[in-house]
Amino acid sequence: MAETHSLQDLRQQAAVAAKVFIQRDYTNGTLCQFQTKFPSELETRIDKQQFEETVRTLNNLYAEAEKLGSQSYIEGCLACLTAYTIFLCMETHYEKVLKKIAKYIQEQNDKVYAPRGLLLTDPIERGLRVIEITIFEDRSLTQ
Amino acid sequence: MKNCEYQQIDPRALSVSPLSAQSHTEKKDQRPRRKWEVFPGKNRFFCDGRLILARQSGVLPLTLGLIVVTCGLFFAFDCPFLVKHLTVFIPVIGAALFVFVVISLLRTSFTDPGILPRATPDEAADIERQIDTSGSSTYRPPPRTKEILINQQVVKLKYCFTCKMFRPPRTSHCSLCDNCVERFDHHCPWVGNCVGKRNYRFFYSFIISLSFLTSFIFGCVIAHITLRSQAGKSLVQAIQESPASVVELVICFFSIWSILGLSGFHTYLVASNLTTNEDIKGSWSGKRGSEESGNPYSYNNIITNCCVTLCGPVPPSLIDRRGFVPPDEVIPAASSASEMELPHFSAKNDVNMCTQSTKDVLERMVNSGSQTLCSPGTPKTTPLVQELPGTAAPSPEPPPSAGCPGLLDSRCPFFSRSSEKDSLHSINPAFRLASPSPSLTRTAVTLNGAADVGFMPLHPGSARDEAP
Repeated sequence: MAETHSLQDLRQQAAVAAKVFIQRDYTNGTLCQFQTKFPSELETRIDKQQFEETVRTLNNLYAEAEKLGSQSYIEGCLACLTAYTIFLCMETHYEKVLKKIAKYIQEQNDKVYAPRGLLLTDPIERGLRVIEITIFEDRSLTQ
Repeated sequence: MKNCEYQQIDPRALSVSPLSAQSHTEKKDQRPRRKWEVFPGKNRFFCDGRLILARQSGVLPLTLGLIVVTCGLFFAFDCPFLVKHLTVFIPVIGAALFVFVVISLLRTSFTDPGILPRATPDEAADIERQIDTSGSSTYRPPPRTKEILINQQVVKLKYCFTCKMFRPPRTSHCSLCDNCVERFDHHCPWVGNCVGKRNYRFFYSFIISLSFLTSFIFGCVIAHITLRSQAGKSLVQAIQESPASVVELVICFFSIWSILGLSGFHTYLVASNLTTNEDIKGSWSGKRGSEESGNPYSYNNIITNCCVTLCGPVPPSLIDRRGFVPPDEVIPAASSASEMELPHFSAKNDVNMCTQSTKDVLERMVNSGSQTLCSPGTPKTTPLVQELPGTAAPSPEPPPSAGCPGLLDSRCPFFSRSSEKDSLHSINPAFRLASPSPSLTRTAVTLNGAADVGFMPLHPGSARDEAP
């Protein structure tokens, strides 16, 4: 554990130095997209490409969740016909994609961010407003 | 579990009255609470957070009552006659419409309309930092706006002072519910809830099916009275035989005008992908005649607009009503944040008792040795408490875990949640070096892997009173 930390160690031991918030990008309307601009606080911690790759993948996943295709229409019509009771037993497409997103974020945290002393928070926990990146203090990495 | 040495002080030896005032909150605090219980908006929750309603339910009982009474009268007095003289499908269709109307109404009323959770203190601080507030001499700063481009059109985002965030486009703050609601349409008193992104389709199906229902009942009642008066009797006699029909007629007559009008209006809104709010304010109408100010959200195709609004995908509720409040979470913008804080485990009882007992000692210490309090952010514990070697330098940061309460619980017997202001101060680097006020505040404990935990002095029941 000299240079890198596992996610568990990070959560137990490290102290929070700062939090960076990646805001939403509304240029395409109200779809859930996040800005890919690289925040300056992360310059010393992570590669710009890596960061942009993460945000871009998240944006694609959210676009998939909100995609207007035949599947979403069928789901909507079916729900209307059953007086929306169908959602008591079935999960919506959106919820399925949200689960995929949660898994992706967990995986990114384990592989990429935690070893660098960063932690991504799933945007759904912040009301899909921001991606919160917690920066942990350097001293905990050099203990 | 008890690693702190000061537990040797018997709390029962002290006066009980401060504890009894707290016993109410303590009892409640001993079980993990769900997020709906600490929700800051003006809403009511039923079925353990599954159903949500505005605090002012408006005339929802009246709406339900009118529908149920009218349909009841219809089935009881008109249907027997009509089944005999016309067809048996009349009550069948009536029943189907009635069920659909009631389900749509209940769904509209009890669904989260798309409430946005309020910004966490960290987020709010981050946004504040980005806003240029230099030179503002008034107490309340001027409305903050941010301009963005949506589909090559300039849209202004307003800052919400209550929720402490810039409202996403098409979001509006409902003053009745005290929440920001996505794609806010209007607050409907008939339905007792806001109509927003997540329940607009239920509202629309409610008013459409209600128009069908009222028209259907109206038509059937007219047919009933006509048939009765055709059989050799006068109209007055027919009415006397079936007085309930007149009641239904009157109700339906007045409802039809308003409901049909509303349905037509909302059909127009759906087809052009507008909200009532935008339409009333004239956001996209040709006010600025020379400019191209069309609706940037419209797909310019009626069918697509309808499909998107009524059948499009919808996110799950963002406020996560039934989730549990994690022990290190601070409640954003709650007015009585200190009273709602709670740890995740049962040792809170001990914590409070311990704090009461140490409070006197600590206050004496504070008065005598204030230099110990001026170290970066951390009021030091009393000599009674075994101090954590590593916590001398850093400020008391709240534990970093956003989702790891279990781990913290197992490692930390004494744990207290930080108040929202504390976490704001401890996390924000600009505030880290400022010492907290000598009034003893709740601060979180930093773990660094050592078995012993330094205990920060607590002052239960008082929130730090600082302006953001």
